[in-house]
Amino acid sequence: MQAITLFHGFLASIGRSVLALFTSIGRLVLFAGQALAALPRPPFYSREFGQQLLRIGYFSLPVVGLTALFTGAALALQIFAGGGRLNAESVVPSIVAIGMVRELGPVLGGLMVAGRVAAAIAAEMGTMRVTEQIDALTTLSADPMKYLVAPRLLAATLVMPVLVLIGDVIGILGGFLVAVYRLGFNPGAYVTNTIDFLEVGDVTSGLIKASVFGFIVALMGCYHGYNSGRGALGVGQATTNAVVSASILILASNYLLTELLFPT
Amino acid sequence: MSAMIEIRDLAKRFGANVVLDGITLDIAKGESLVVIGGSGTGKSVLLKSVLGLIKPERGSISVAGRKVAGHDPVIMDKIGMLFQGGALFDSLPVWQNVAFRLLQGKRRMPRADARALAIEKLARVGLGAEVADQFPAELSGGMQKRVGLARAIAATPEIIFFDEPTTGLDPIMAGVINTLIREIVVELGVTAVTITHDMSSVRAIADTVAMIHGGKLRWHGKVAAIDNSGDAYLDQFIHGRATGPIEAVR
Repeated sequence: MQAITLFHGFLASIGRSVLALFTSIGRLVLFAGQALAALPRPPFYSREFGQQLLRIGYFSLPVVGLTALFTGAALALQIFAGGGRLNAESVVPSIVAIGMVRELGPVLGGLMVAGRVAAAIAAEMGTMRVTEQIDALTTLSADPMKYLVAPRLLAATLVMPVLVLIGDVIGILGGFLVAVYRLGFNPGAYVTNTIDFLEVGDVTSGLIKASVFGFIVALMGCYHGYNSGRGALGVGQATTNAVVSASILILASNYLLTELLFPT
Repeated sequence: MSAMIEIRDLAKRFGANVVLDGITLDIAKGESLVVIGGSGTGKSVLLKSVLGLIKPERGSISVAGRKVAGHDPVIMDKIGMLFQGGALFDSLPVWQNVAFRLLQGKRRMPRADARALAIEKLARVGLGAEVADQFPAELSGGMQKRVGLARAIAATPEIIFFDEPTTGLDPIMAGVINTLIREIVVELGVTAVTITHDMSSVRAIADTVAMIHGGKLRWHGKVAAIDNSGDAYLDQFIHGRATGPIEAVR
């Protein structure tokens, strides 16, 4: 009898978790729908949009650039060491380029921006929620979806490919510096190999990924901040949830996008 | 006189907690109503329901003859609001907070004009032009309340809501804010709804008083009548007695 009760309790807890998961997904989809619907409708807050371009794009450049530089450098060392087993050290320029442009640039850039921007958006909007600033916006005839959410979503979606493109160049430069000054590659041959091997599709696929990741980062930051709980604890949880959910969604969507963009 | 705000049989619960249970209340044009009641009795929920920020389970609200059903820009254009904590936008300087409504939307005006108007409104609440370019975090609590008040009146609203206008202020500053609110309400001829626990605010601001207890409208009448209401609940509340029909958790 007790075993049956325990089993029922176990099933009920699974049911509750599944229901909670679907409720969360439903809320997120509704929020995203409202935010997307707000994008094309006036009024447009160009000043807010410009500020977000600066905050999300320009101020993320150092962290994305440094991540790309060291990743490209480490990649060159790894490929040289691994390629040495097959006497294929010459593939370093091409693999560094394709690895950075297709995969590491957008994914690591996305994760770094998730850590920096999703957290900042969630903390800012969570604090605005707790201190009634979001309610104040409504009473001042400004739709928070248009004033707060839409500019952040649009800015992150548009600026992320630019960030990743710059990161790609810096990452390839990191590989170039290690290959030339540490591994003894010829600089001219390295650059020629990189340019010859890369195709336009490699670059555009990375930029499409970057754009999707930018949207995810801003959406998670806005969603968790907008629906933040009360007090410092609520804002802290919103910030953590924004970074964790953005990171997981970036990795999951990266797989799906790779399947779509490079069908085997 | 027709009512500026009509509340009919308003009910709202959060889970099992019944916060409002059939509130019916009319607020006339130009009237200054103060809503009192203990913490957690639903005063703020009433206010947020009128603003369309909270959806009630039952009942109806109309503002200036227009039914409230969620966020309504037409209604919001008639409203000014002073929030309990000020709710000033941290990222904007004081003058942009005050002139927020005049920098976008239908009422948009050139920035120089909006700034001049913001400085004029700041002067009305006793703040100098030097405050205009400061950020809210640089101001004291009393100054933030004044900026919030300037923002509430900047677009010449027909209705102003004051949510706990003197919370967190010393008695002298609270008196200054009460006097300012009364002056502005009379000067602009607006309909005012104030939520407070502070009896000095009640006596300074109110034409009429409504007391909410247990989700219901317990008492409603002229401010002059509160001392002789004959209602044991109201009597206990205004005299701050620990004993009486209202249970005080100790």
